[in-house]
Amino acid sequence: MSDGDLGRETETGDGIGAVGAFAILRRGMAASPELRSGMVFTALMALAVAGSKLLVPLTIQAVLDGAMTPDGVSMGRVLVLSGGAAVLVIGSIQLGRVTYFRLVSMAENVLYGLRVRTFAHLHRLSLAEHTASSKGVMTARVTSDVETLTRFAQWGAVAWIINSVQIVAVLVIMSIYSWQLTLVTLSLHLPLIPILRWMQQRQLIAYNLLRSRVSETFGVISESVHGVEVVRTYGYREPTRHRVRSAVDAQYRQQLVAARYFSLVLPISDVLGVAAIASVIGAGVWWGGAWGVSSGELVAFVFLSNLLVAPMTELGEVLDQTQTALAGWWKILNVLDTPVEVVDPVEPRPVPDGALEVRAEAVEFSYRTGGQVLRGIDVVLPAGASVAVVGETGSGKTTFVKLLARLADPTAGRVLVGGVDLRDASPEDRRRAVRMVPQDGFLFDTTIRANIGFGRAGSGDDDVDAAIDMLGLREWVERLPDGLETMAGERGEGLSVGERQLVALARAQLGDPGLLILDEATSAVDPETETALERALERLAVGRTTVSVAHRLSTAERSDLVLVFDDGRIAERGTHAELLESGGIYAGLHASWLGNTRTAGMPGTP
Amino acid sequence: MSQPGAGPAVPSSVFRRGWRLIRLSIRTHPLAHATAIMGANVFALAVVGFTVVVGRVTDEVIVPGLDGGGVSRRSLLVAVATVVGIGVVRGTSIMVRRWFNMLAIARTQRTWRLAVTDRFLDAPLDFHRSRPAGLLLAHADADVEVATAMLMPLAFSMSVVLLAVASLVSLLVVHPLFACVALLLFPTLTVLNRRFTSAVEAPAALGQDAVGVLSGIAHESLDAVMVVKTLGRGGEEVDRFTEAARELRGHRLDVGRLRSGYAPVIYALPNLGILVLLVLGSWLVGRGSVSIGDVVRAMSLFSILTLPMEILGYMFQEMPRSVVAMDRINRVLAVSPEARPAPVPAVGERVAVEFDSVAYAYQPVDKGASRMGGAKQPGPPPVLADLSFQIQPGESVAMVGATGSGKSTMVSLLCGLVQPTTGRVLLGGVDVSDLGPDGAAGVVAPVLQETFLFADTVRANLTLGHDISAEEIDAALETVAADGFVEALSDGLDTVVGERGATLSGGQRQRLAIARALLRRPRVLVLDDSTSAVDPTIEAGILRNLRVAPGTRRAASDAGVPTLLVIAHRLATIRMADRVLFLDGGRIAASGSHEELLDVPAYAALARAYEEAGQ
Repeated sequence: MSDGDLGRETETGDGIGAVGAFAILRRGMAASPELRSGMVFTALMALAVAGSKLLVPLTIQAVLDGAMTPDGVSMGRVLVLSGGAAVLVIGSIQLGRVTYFRLVSMAENVLYGLRVRTFAHLHRLSLAEHTASSKGVMTARVTSDVETLTRFAQWGAVAWIINSVQIVAVLVIMSIYSWQLTLVTLSLHLPLIPILRWMQQRQLIAYNLLRSRVSETFGVISESVHGVEVVRTYGYREPTRHRVRSAVDAQYRQQLVAARYFSLVLPISDVLGVAAIASVIGAGVWWGGAWGVSSGELVAFVFLSNLLVAPMTELGEVLDQTQTALAGWWKILNVLDTPVEVVDPVEPRPVPDGALEVRAEAVEFSYRTGGQVLRGIDVVLPAGASVAVVGETGSGKTTFVKLLARLADPTAGRVLVGGVDLRDASPEDRRRAVRMVPQDGFLFDTTIRANIGFGRAGSGDDDVDAAIDMLGLREWVERLPDGLETMAGERGEGLSVGERQLVALARAQLGDPGLLILDEATSAVDPETETALERALERLAVGRTTVSVAHRLSTAERSDLVLVFDDGRIAERGTHAELLESGGIYAGLHASWLGNTRTAGMPGTP
Repeated sequence: MSQPGAGPAVPSSVFRRGWRLIRLSIRTHPLAHATAIMGANVFALAVVGFTVVVGRVTDEVIVPGLDGGGVSRRSLLVAVATVVGIGVVRGTSIMVRRWFNMLAIARTQRTWRLAVTDRFLDAPLDFHRSRPAGLLLAHADADVEVATAMLMPLAFSMSVVLLAVASLVSLLVVHPLFACVALLLFPTLTVLNRRFTSAVEAPAALGQDAVGVLSGIAHESLDAVMVVKTLGRGGEEVDRFTEAARELRGHRLDVGRLRSGYAPVIYALPNLGILVLLVLGSWLVGRGSVSIGDVVRAMSLFSILTLPMEILGYMFQEMPRSVVAMDRINRVLAVSPEARPAPVPAVGERVAVEFDSVAYAYQPVDKGASRMGGAKQPGPPPVLADLSFQIQPGESVAMVGATGSGKSTMVSLLCGLVQPTTGRVLLGGVDVSDLGPDGAAGVVAPVLQETFLFADTVRANLTLGHDISAEEIDAALETVAADGFVEALSDGLDTVVGERGATLSGGQRQRLAIARALLRRPRVLVLDDSTSAVDPTIEAGILRNLRVAPGTRRAASDAGVPTLLVIAHRLATIRMADRVLFLDGGRIAASGSHEELLDVPAYAALARAYEEAGQ
């Protein structure tokens, strides 16, 4: 059984290597059209911020050249120039305020939209995509990946916008003053780019290694905590202490390696920046006359150089965050683009009440990413029958059962319930008529009564009580600390595994489906709850068709029909007795079950 | 985990505790911090010095060179060299400051991480039992990171004072009026920064909380995706999530509103200051009080000074979180380690087990930080009331009791993992509490209900660092019928198991755990429901082996089999014991053979349940 694409993605962003930043941006903007309309504000904001900074060198140049002559200072001009600049700066403050907030609103709306749409889409996806291993990955899309994007939107994106505009504006103004000096500046600043790139790559490697060390340390400490009893009762304390120490030390050393690059980046840019200023002063004074550079322009140049280094360095530091954010965006977009395979019918046909007959006609199933799981299944399950489905792991039995609940659609053939193709049934009808009780007994963090109540929309307390009594669970409920009002806890962890199953069965009873599908739990259940479970199951099966993925010996023995799955086909079918006699796969399974659960011989014999 | 953002922060107490934390951190690694701070101070002086140089160069080289008659090549070269020189000093000081800062942080983190993990290893087990594992791990990981987050801008912040003083002096030297402008501008900036930081704290914290809530919903909902689908609750789940996402957006917009109000002003104010300087300076130049270079010097200083304000603001921002994290760490460090009594009395070879009027009550589980829709843990804490029994050396005893009757608690007491509230636990006549922490480890080997294997090779898991011969390992594996599957593993004994390694079935893990216990050559072997996933025929074989041949080679002087205590739910297992102890209501309700005990109604009911479960 292969995982969906969602489970295959790596977390390091390597998947986007071939794609490139612009492709991601384009796709991102297509998915969130609000971004395009926000471009105007973005541009205005960048202009406001950068503009305000650039006014200073411009004004200095104007004043030094225009108002300061050997004869004296023309204060009038100074006031006009400075006053004008001040007005523009104040204007830019206002502009900055408005545009920045509009930008933030737009960003938050885009993020909100991405969050909600991704979440909704994940729920709509066919269950084939939701395998155990991909669950954590998917949750990450909606939570940490969007958070990374958020942090990027707050800092990195703004940094890109403002810094890029600033760099361009500075270079333009420099060129207007003196293209020769601009070349001098550039020739000293440009080497910064490959140097920063190189450092950034080494830093990335160092940080990746650091992340591994951090998770190793975490793993060792986690073991020492989770296994605290074994550590102590087996006299393993000192070796564990030693292991923890080694891991912490290894992390420490790698931290220092990573710190090396961090402590070099800024000094290098700083020194190069200073070298550029020095060269500009040298060249400017020596050849300035020939190049037509005034003293005011040269002084302005010095101030402008300062405005060049800072953004370049900040961009260098933002590159890493950018990569991670873009990778996250790409993964989120991938989720949104995953096709929803289980589509609701346009004109639904009603599904009858009561116990339902189930028919599978030439059913086949393969995962979207390859791997055929079911090949040519043809079977009729009579209405009201109790059917046990058995087989080794990977034989296709669980997939078959999921198709019966339309958690996915067959890739060929069709599944009919009560004479109606599942694809033609409306979702409401389907949920009323077919109910699946999965293995893990998941409960929501609310009262047991509420959890059972979820079994049917609009059900009341009486209905819940009726369901409990129907299944003979009243005694158990009364032994609970708060009866039906007992809180189930997160994921139902306030109850034992067996008890969670009891609640799930009561929920199913409340739903009263014509077809009940049970995926039996494999984990051990305490013996007292086991009896209650058996009784509840027996009662629940009355008056409906029951299909159980059997892990208990008793289930198969008691059922009307047993289907043995092997390698995607139904290899054997019949009653328990018939199959035992034929001595095939079922007989073998039965024998090994026997060894695991029963004591040999009759009770009372040693 | 963030504190709920209820109400405004109390700045003075946070500042005081923050300052104490700073002093503590510096004391822990004084040299690294001192060097970083020295680097920062050199940087401060170099920054101011650079502006002085630029001013001088303007006066002596730029203006005469371009407006006047020109300058000599020599003066130009001297000017250029000076600029580069002081720039190199500035750059080097940045490197020193950053490197030693990171060094100090890394060392501090290491020190605190080791202190916390050491405490985990030495704390009494009640400490572990009363806290969820996730919380403990957060202490060693997240809390250490957050507690040191404040140290990032520390060195720089420490040098801000020098920077401020040097700048003021430099400005005063040029002209007192420039210093006045600075004294108007920078305090205003500081006040604005502080006001912004404290205003934004509440919505920022609320935003962080909202992220936590959102994550929780996402996790729960996606974990339950199958149930959600089958119940058709997809719509409700999306609604729930949307509501939380809306709340998050609201808080983020609040932060954005504040930032857009303050930030543009904070960024633009220094520029306005420079323009004021320009006007002022031009007037003073006209009067001949200052030179053009002086004005350039003052303006350069203004343009460089906004960054330090930001760094200082950043440190104040991180301070509350760091202080809270350090408090959590200190709570761990305040736990006293288990006492080590000296000298340790020796326990003999043939060990009898005795429980003498033992009573025990669990501490309630403390879930730590709040989670959304947190529910209280249901169920009363199990209690042992007056547990007394004796097991003779070499005897094999089965203990039977309903779920939650305290059997596993008894095992913990027997191994010395926890201390009884009253009464004594004796091993070979020696009180287990006198043996000290892990003192019982050489005597009792328990196989616990939950099998725990380390992420390591099978061999390492079996030997746990002890020097054990290959023959002994093989013999133990044979005893538990595990030699077959271990050999079939890809690398045999050297196969890595655990989370990232080969997956073993429940029964295989249990058998390895038993083998691990055997290899300790215990005098008392305790099996706490540790063969539940093992095939009954195999289990019977293992128990037989344990009675007849312990499966490990022992010195010739060792005689007899280990005392065996088995907690079981299978009748077959129970019947194999010499004697059965029935644990009910926190005490031994009956003792004898299985048949004898069937006369006790409660026991018979339990036995019936076990029988039915097996079918």
